[in-house]
Amino acid sequence: MMKPSLIPGWISRPRLDYPLLAALVLVSIAGLFVLYSASDGNQRLVTNQAIRLGIGFAGLLLIALLPPRLFRHWSFWLYSLGMLLLLATAVFGEGRGADRWLDLSVVRFQPSELMKLVVPMTVAAWLHNKLLPPGWRELLVAVFIIVLPMLLIIRQPDLGTALLVGMSGVFVLFLAGIRWRVIFSFAGLAAAAAPIMWAFMHEYQRNRVRTFINPESDPLGHGWNIIQSKIAVGSGGLNGKGWMQGTQSQLEFLPEHTTDFIMGVLAEEFGLLGVLLLLSVYLFIIGRSLYLASHARDTFSRLLCGSLAMIFFVYVMVNGGMITGILPVVGIPLPLISYGGTSVVTLLAGFGLIMSAWAHRRFIR
Amino acid sequence: MVGYHHIKDEHTEKSLFRSRALLAFILILLALVLLALRFTYLQVWKHGSFQAQADKNRIRVQVVAPSRGMIYDRNGVLLAENKPAYRLEITAERLARPKVSGKRVSRQAALETTLAELEKLIVITPTQRHRFLRKIQQVKAFRPVSLRLSLSEAEVSRVAVNRHRLPGVEITPYLTRYYPGGDAMTHLTGYVGRIDEGDLKQLDQDNYLDNTHIGKTGVESYREALLHGQSGFQKIETNAQGRVLRVLEKKDPEAGQDLILAIDSRLQLAAWEALGDYSGSIVAIDPNNGDVLAMVSKPGFDANLFVNGITQSDYSRILNAPDRPLFNRALKGGYEPGSTFKPFVALAGLEGGTVNVDTRVFSSGEYYLPKVSRPYGDWKKGGHGWVTVRAALTQSVNTYFYELGYKLGIDAMHDYIQMFGFGQKTGIDLYGEGVGILPSRAWKRGRFDQPWYPGETVIAAIGQGYNVATPLQLASATATLAMNGKRFTPRLLLGLKKYGHKSTDWLPASEATLVPVVDPKNWAAVRGGMEDVVNSATGTARLISIDAVYRIAGKSGTSQVFKLAEGQEYDAQTIDRRLRDNALFVAWAPAEAPKIVVAIIIEHSLGGGSSTAAPIARILLDQWLLTADQVEAISSDALTQRRSVE
Repeated sequence: MMKPSLIPGWISRPRLDYPLLAALVLVSIAGLFVLYSASDGNQRLVTNQAIRLGIGFAGLLLIALLPPRLFRHWSFWLYSLGMLLLLATAVFGEGRGADRWLDLSVVRFQPSELMKLVVPMTVAAWLHNKLLPPGWRELLVAVFIIVLPMLLIIRQPDLGTALLVGMSGVFVLFLAGIRWRVIFSFAGLAAAAAPIMWAFMHEYQRNRVRTFINPESDPLGHGWNIIQSKIAVGSGGLNGKGWMQGTQSQLEFLPEHTTDFIMGVLAEEFGLLGVLLLLSVYLFIIGRSLYLASHARDTFSRLLCGSLAMIFFVYVMVNGGMITGILPVVGIPLPLISYGGTSVVTLLAGFGLIMSAWAHRRFIR
Repeated sequence: MVGYHHIKDEHTEKSLFRSRALLAFILILLALVLLALRFTYLQVWKHGSFQAQADKNRIRVQVVAPSRGMIYDRNGVLLAENKPAYRLEITAERLARPKVSGKRVSRQAALETTLAELEKLIVITPTQRHRFLRKIQQVKAFRPVSLRLSLSEAEVSRVAVNRHRLPGVEITPYLTRYYPGGDAMTHLTGYVGRIDEGDLKQLDQDNYLDNTHIGKTGVESYREALLHGQSGFQKIETNAQGRVLRVLEKKDPEAGQDLILAIDSRLQLAAWEALGDYSGSIVAIDPNNGDVLAMVSKPGFDANLFVNGITQSDYSRILNAPDRPLFNRALKGGYEPGSTFKPFVALAGLEGGTVNVDTRVFSSGEYYLPKVSRPYGDWKKGGHGWVTVRAALTQSVNTYFYELGYKLGIDAMHDYIQMFGFGQKTGIDLYGEGVGILPSRAWKRGRFDQPWYPGETVIAAIGQGYNVATPLQLASATATLAMNGKRFTPRLLLGLKKYGHKSTDWLPASEATLVPVVDPKNWAAVRGGMEDVVNSATGTARLISIDAVYRIAGKSGTSQVFKLAEGQEYDAQTIDRRLRDNALFVAWAPAEAPKIVVAIIIEHSLGGGSSTAAPIARILLDQWLLTADQVEAISSDALTQRRSVE
């Protein structure tokens, strides 16, 4: 059924989905402008981020060239490598506050970030040739695949990333069509486990939950971030204060305004209209990704791409919820806009996988 | 690759996936709509409140203190000014922090090093050091904290030369209140001091937010509102650390107004000098309008000591000095007026009809009340013979006034004399004025709950007993007499000058009140008696008329501080200085058209009013009425000459 070609069969001309690519580029460029303002015109910082985005998009294109089959076959090895790196981080890791970073002398990177892609990939690969919806045996293995790296990441301690990794695996199961009663019983189990989780949480994590519930209880300590972030968003109004004009961020009242709280800068300077525009583009990216996923040619691609689209939504929702004070402060960046290399590269690599699935879809029907 | 899905149903799986993906998308859409609603709630519904909070975050209102008005005398001589001074400030974040074995020294250590260096250059007391260290812990590192105020020239240059070695150390100019007039002016101008808790309760705090000083006494206190001006403000934008980034809005402060006082500082200084080593008070008034030309209370003190916080040792030295330099005698000092009170008693008797100008009374040197065996003596043994009221004033005949007082009665005396302002505030523009005592039956009943005795009337008639007057009251009352009953409220403030304006707003004198004149002949007799005091051969102060080119009217007085036991002789030379009599003299000149009235009180004087106080009056009258050349021409030893004739 495939046309004979001079190019080896597993390499194909990248047939990218240009609407999705355009939306990603749009968000990234807009992000650079917001970052320029948030960093008070720091050109070095913006250049750094532009380079990382460049690397990310190059990675996206490279991955889009490769057929999904390849990742399916590699997933076990990637998973094993990821686990090894996580273990190495636990032993040699260094970083600010939490031991998340592994210094490979050339690049410092977070192995846990890699697992955000590898875990759903492995679960999808595991379910690829199973009968769906998966049975108990398949489910049990999948849960094992998901929970093992989570435990190591929680130990680092990085609850946010652990939850993201876990969710990306769970989304695969959801898309694989696990039965509702299983979903609800897991949800019930999770709710029951919450008090146990509380007992295992670090004090700083508990404080985040406490201040989330009542930020005004500690307005200069942990509550400061939430209060100042809400002031930044609220004072932006409908039209915003204008680019580079946000007082909350420019005068450093808004904490972490180049990284986790950068949406506060956007909301303050571009107002509700800017926020709605950004959310629309994000919604388009998610919707388009789900659409592409449902047109993928095999189970692995479908499950993986669908899960990646959903996890992208989680980024947006958790970050947006955090800066508007409806979700606790968790260190999750605003995708493609927050300053920071690892998340940009991981996210764009994920879209590379989606593009790959789309590029290598079957042209029947 | 396609063939092995023998169990998997591709189509069912795909539709299962699609339904799950669709469900996921719907949930995502709902969640994002919720998020968008949350943004809408914050950014539209709650926008106003958050906008206000954002502004409150960044905008601070800083108050800018106005510059305080100056105080001048009537000739434009400065009495209080704002003098540039220098303070030394240290900014913690700019301190040099060298690396010692790879690590930067702590800020605390850097501070200690800098302080040690500074101690070689300037004086730092332990208190200043302590206060500084406490303050610098409390403020942000970029805020300068002052270590020393009013550096001397030498200290400023020593620090300036070493500045390159002392990063973070700054010499900052500021304005401090300065009183160039010295001790003679202190009671008059008063002084400013640091605002304390008592002040805070009274003042308009908004207007004093950036002020550290406020008028504490004297004119500085009474005219605080005029001198202070109106605070300005600037709205500043600060970042999260409180560093000032820019000024958004500014309203310049309105400087306080300059005051021109009625005081003539040459006259004031002449009075101060004339008192010599004596404690006492001199008040000079222009009787035509109530202008206070001089108001001296001696001893004084250096007001400048109080401006920037007086040291404990200085304060206790001044506070505990036996002659009470902090006490404003001219305004608050209560003295027995003695014989200077007699003219008013005489007028009370004449105008009330108890006596007339020709009534003659025999002075034997002693006076007996009916049915009382104890005599009331005269200062002259053997008495003065037959005297009229005029002669009685000229020679200060006690017995004449004993009898007059007895006939008049204390209440009639009180009711008439109170029209001259005794026993009540004169209303001068200063706080804390003394009231004095003009006794009456009602007063004694209220004060001691006792009946009035005739003997008390007798001594009240010669200005003794319960009578207490302030130097200011005495001057004001004498001015009223000099003006035939026309009476002005004494005033210090003559004019105002707004900052930057050339012209002065001269204030009108108070409305004159009038003491009714029943018969001008009565007034003429009393005034005549007082002219004779200075100008007749029998006058008690006749010596001060020598060489005078104008006619003086006056009245001497001597009042006891120490009651002699019966039969004890008073000898000023041997008695303890603090128990010596007070010498008083009131005078005006020219006698026929008064231009100046003086009241002089010398505490614990070696001589009586006529010998010690009267010559000072002459000096002051010369000073005011003659040109500078004429004053120069009267030899400086004239005073000593006049005194030695005594």
